[in-house]
Amino acid sequence: MRRTERLFGKNCPAVLAILWGVTQSHYVLADLPASYLHGNGSKAYPVVSLTWGLLAISIAVTVIVCALLVLGIVARRARTDEIASTPVGRSGGGMPWLVWGTGISTVALFGSLVWTVAVLADINGPPSKPTVTIEVTGQQWWWKARYLSDDASRTITTANEIHIPVGQPIRIKLIGADVIHSFWVPALTGKTDTIPGQTNTMWLEADKPGIYRGPCTEYCGAQHAHMTAFVVADPPDAFKNWWDAQITSASAPTSDDGMRGQGAFVFHCGACHTVRGTEAGGTTGPELTHLMTRQTIAAGTLDNTPSNLAGWISNPQALKPGTTMPAPGLSGREVTDITAYLETLR
Amino acid sequence: MTDQAVADIGLEQPRVPVGSIRRRGTGWWGVLTLILTEASLFVYLLFSYYYFAFQSSGGFLPDKPPSLELSVPNTVILLLSSVAVWWGDAGVRRGRQRQLVIGLAIALLLGIAFVTIQLFEWREQTFTLRSSQYGSLFYTITGFHMAHVIVGLLVLAVLLVWSALGYFSGRRSAPILIGGAYWHFVDVVWLAVFFTFYITPYLRG
Amino acid sequence: MTLVDIERRPEIARVSETDRAKLKTIWETRPGLAGFLSSVDHKDVGIRYIVTAFVFLILGGVEALIMRVQLAKPEQSLLTPEQYNQLFSMHGMTMIFLYALPVLSGFSNYLWPLLLGARDMAFPRLNAFSYWIYVFAGIFMYAGFAIGAGPNDGWFNYVPYASRQYNPGMNMDFYALGMIFLGISTSVGAANFIVTLVRTRAPGMSLNRLPILIWGTLTASAANILVVPAVSLAFFLLWMDRQFGTHFFDVSQGGQPLLWQHLFWIFGHPWVYAVVLPAMGMVSDGLPAFCRRPLVGYTPVALSTVATMVLGFGVWVHHMFATGMPNLALSFFSGASIVIAVPSAVAVFAWLATIWNGRPVITTAFLFFASMIALFVIGGVSGFMTGSLPVDWQLTDTYFVVAHLHYVLIGINVFPVVGALYFWFPKFTGRMLDERLGRWNFWTMFLGFNIGFLPMHLTGLWGMPRRVYTYPEGMGWDWLNMISSVGSFLFAFGVLLLLINLAVSLRRGKVAGPNPWDAPTLEWAVPSPPPPYNFDVIPHVASRHPLWEDRLQESEARTSLTEGYLLDHGRETIGTTPLDGDIDLILKMPEDSYAPFMLSVAISAFFLALLLHWWWLAAAAGVATIGAIAIWLWPEHDLGQTADAGHD
Repeated sequence: MRRTERLFGKNCPAVLAILWGVTQSHYVLADLPASYLHGNGSKAYPVVSLTWGLLAISIAVTVIVCALLVLGIVARRARTDEIASTPVGRSGGGMPWLVWGTGISTVALFGSLVWTVAVLADINGPPSKPTVTIEVTGQQWWWKARYLSDDASRTITTANEIHIPVGQPIRIKLIGADVIHSFWVPALTGKTDTIPGQTNTMWLEADKPGIYRGPCTEYCGAQHAHMTAFVVADPPDAFKNWWDAQITSASAPTSDDGMRGQGAFVFHCGACHTVRGTEAGGTTGPELTHLMTRQTIAAGTLDNTPSNLAGWISNPQALKPGTTMPAPGLSGREVTDITAYLETLR
Repeated sequence: MTDQAVADIGLEQPRVPVGSIRRRGTGWWGVLTLILTEASLFVYLLFSYYYFAFQSSGGFLPDKPPSLELSVPNTVILLLSSVAVWWGDAGVRRGRQRQLVIGLAIALLLGIAFVTIQLFEWREQTFTLRSSQYGSLFYTITGFHMAHVIVGLLVLAVLLVWSALGYFSGRRSAPILIGGAYWHFVDVVWLAVFFTFYITPYLRG
Repeated sequence: MTLVDIERRPEIARVSETDRAKLKTIWETRPGLAGFLSSVDHKDVGIRYIVTAFVFLILGGVEALIMRVQLAKPEQSLLTPEQYNQLFSMHGMTMIFLYALPVLSGFSNYLWPLLLGARDMAFPRLNAFSYWIYVFAGIFMYAGFAIGAGPNDGWFNYVPYASRQYNPGMNMDFYALGMIFLGISTSVGAANFIVTLVRTRAPGMSLNRLPILIWGTLTASAANILVVPAVSLAFFLLWMDRQFGTHFFDVSQGGQPLLWQHLFWIFGHPWVYAVVLPAMGMVSDGLPAFCRRPLVGYTPVALSTVATMVLGFGVWVHHMFATGMPNLALSFFSGASIVIAVPSAVAVFAWLATIWNGRPVITTAFLFFASMIALFVIGGVSGFMTGSLPVDWQLTDTYFVVAHLHYVLIGINVFPVVGALYFWFPKFTGRMLDERLGRWNFWTMFLGFNIGFLPMHLTGLWGMPRRVYTYPEGMGWDWLNMISSVGSFLFAFGVLLLLINLAVSLRRGKVAGPNPWDAPTLEWAVPSPPPPYNFDVIPHVASRHPLWEDRLQESEARTSLTEGYLLDHGRETIGTTPLDGDIDLILKMPEDSYAPFMLSVAISAFFLALLLHWWWLAAAAGVATIGAIAIWLWPEHDLGQTADAGHD
């Protein structure tokens, strides 16, 4: 953050600085969940500075050229609109424009190139050894996250919400399951594609707790618009608690409708979804053991509320046309029961 | 129109050829652009081959790569047909129509021989178009080449008819030059294809 | 049958009405449908290209407007996702392939022989052929859309989404075959421009006298010759994968999705330069006419045109920065993508210097050309930002890139093209476009465009991904999208004013005369519209500005326009040496012919057969294709292609 400010004090017109100040304010931050004009974390800061720097150069160049263009037309405009009566001037003259214009442009371009390479070197690898490795799989149209651990019992799978500890570099391995997607968390890190047939790796770090939004950014078909991952940065203790909680299996429902719902869930949904501790063990769809800890369902399509859950399971195609989740053909009773059951998955 | 002084416009009035004259016509330049774009196509085809070869972690080549047994003689046959076209063209440049007809006929026969042997070569292989990347590449690239050979043979056949009809003379023989250039190109491309599929497997050691 | 001499001295004449009448008989196309289907006149072909490209521009524009309605507010459901996805794919495909290059080919086809002092292009029949193929390929791809099977994977069509497993309909088959089909047109058109330049310039038209438009189209054509095969091959391999089970892109069998991206962008990036360099040439040639002085820095501008393309071959990977390739390799391409801005700077400062050192007369054409400089800079600096690797990891696939590419394609293609219409419409039709309506046209287009697309930069910086059919509330994008939608409708209204102006002026416009702008180049030396044979006599060119020589007084030499080679033994033009433009031979030009049309029909039938797997039709169409080519190329005595008894 300080680097950005330092940079702006030196290089930028006042207008930009004000704009920057506005976008940095907490009000706007809360309002622009996907903006990358600000960032949080050791990978984001140098890139944010570079983005602002290049933006400043770009705006300056545009303003200068447009001013020269308008001034030139105004200052040199012929006295008449009658073209044939305007004499034709001789050749010659004007070459200093090319020399100076191109020369200054070249210097600016090379400066930017050097800065680019410096930033690249800065963010190439994490500042310290990553503490957590997460395998993120992009698939139509949701994100699977597997937390790897040397201790096999601590390896967990979840979906669409990726918790990380604040202040620690995280390694992300990116897997493509079907078509190409792109994993991107604007406030933390730039994009890396998930490409079937190869594993890409990247790293990220958040230095402030918060929920960071990450839309899929490689066009991947019908529901490309509804494929959002959320990176949730927790303080290290909270993160550890979260992970510990994720390891546990689902506890059995106690209410009647919950128990009926579990049966219906296993029957209707279990072929695609896993709830650990039950017979539902499908892996085609997101793992749901701790569904109610997530803020949204269907990869950011809907808030995770009971009514949305009920609507979603009764007719997913209406809410996310084309989704790979078929309409399970549930009766009204089954919908209520399954929703009641899902609400127990905490 | 601006009125210009008429005198001394400095325009020469040399005797110049009329119509299509060997390399001076537009057709020659036309075939050069055609060759350039077709050569690019083969560059991209071979680029694809090498891309797969380098990206794959072993097991790219088939257990039994294509053998040199038929392909070496076939390569010689194709090159000889190029020589035949060149010889026929050298003939017509000196006004020898018969030499042109004979040269084209030999080239055509050698070309047909190449196609026939190549069909046997295709049947020989243990892999198919669908069995692996290698198979897809092998049949697509040699298939592209085969398509070019067949087009070349049609060109040679038409040129043979035209030659037999006595259309050409020493200077009026641009079609021979143009068709011949295409045929030479098809043969040179074969060398690149041959090197890729038949020689490089041995270079991997 | 008259004997065609193997050699002759070209007659030098001072033109008379009798000669004009004779030339007209020789070159005129028959009226009616017969003439329409058989004409090979480059001026007919050029106008057809422009009109057809504008039809596609309107179609692509309507597609865009429908999308802008959908995106005006969050969570709209005017369109289903699949409809939206086909619309944005069709929009991109239409604008980039069916409008942007063809419209420039149209202008170049019309103008090249006039600018070069020739009577037609080097291969007139090939020219007609490239047009017919373009139309039929365009119809082919739109046919898929009409039956609900348009491309739905964006114009760059990434695999594996385009593969049969994820895209089982015929959408991709229409697109893949259509693109190969269209590639034929582009390739032969490019070859024609190259050979025309090399062989058919008027005597004295040496390389240092070529208008910049010629440099632009020449460079674009050379690039197309080299890179169109890459995209045709990519689409062919995709089609093989889909129809015959090969494994080029099929990951489960070891296929390589990135091979598609390499092949596509090896083509795609040079293509972007191919659709802007000729348009930049229009500005370089048009501005001086209105600034009343020659272009500042002709040689650097010509060289920068070529340099842009040479560098343009080496930057394709910047479309693949996020694919996880090694950073070292990527940083090379990042550097090249930044350096490529240098030649563009040369052009920008040359234009500025031309304005500052001239006396600009403000006309609608001038406004379009001059405003292009501003739009070019905005599109250029945003491109420079995406060239910087770490920044691109943020920018790519957001609306920032959407803004960037529209500033490039609309700013550096559409604005110069509309300027060129105002500039050359009098030459095409003999009538001026209305200047008053022109000002309205310019300001609505200029404001509409900037209101529509300038905010998109911010939409992108605030994180909106491209190619989403809708977006949630609360992201800060709502009002920006609303502004963009309003702006795009204003822009469309501006285009409508242009169409009205064209329609009205065609009938009622002020009569133009040969040179309404008092411009310096050869096309303005002939009547408007030009006669079928272009020039009464082949001009003998003495300078870069033949019509300004008396005023520029750069040398004693004068271009001769009224006395020169007559060439009236049938359709003829002069062949000159490639570098210096000295007389080399007399080229016989073909008569009008149905062969290009018939061949195009046969090839269309072939592609239709491939699409539907009607192999018998494919075979028949293949035979018809070969037959049509043989008839076309059959040596003709009258073209000086066969030997004569008693000669040689």
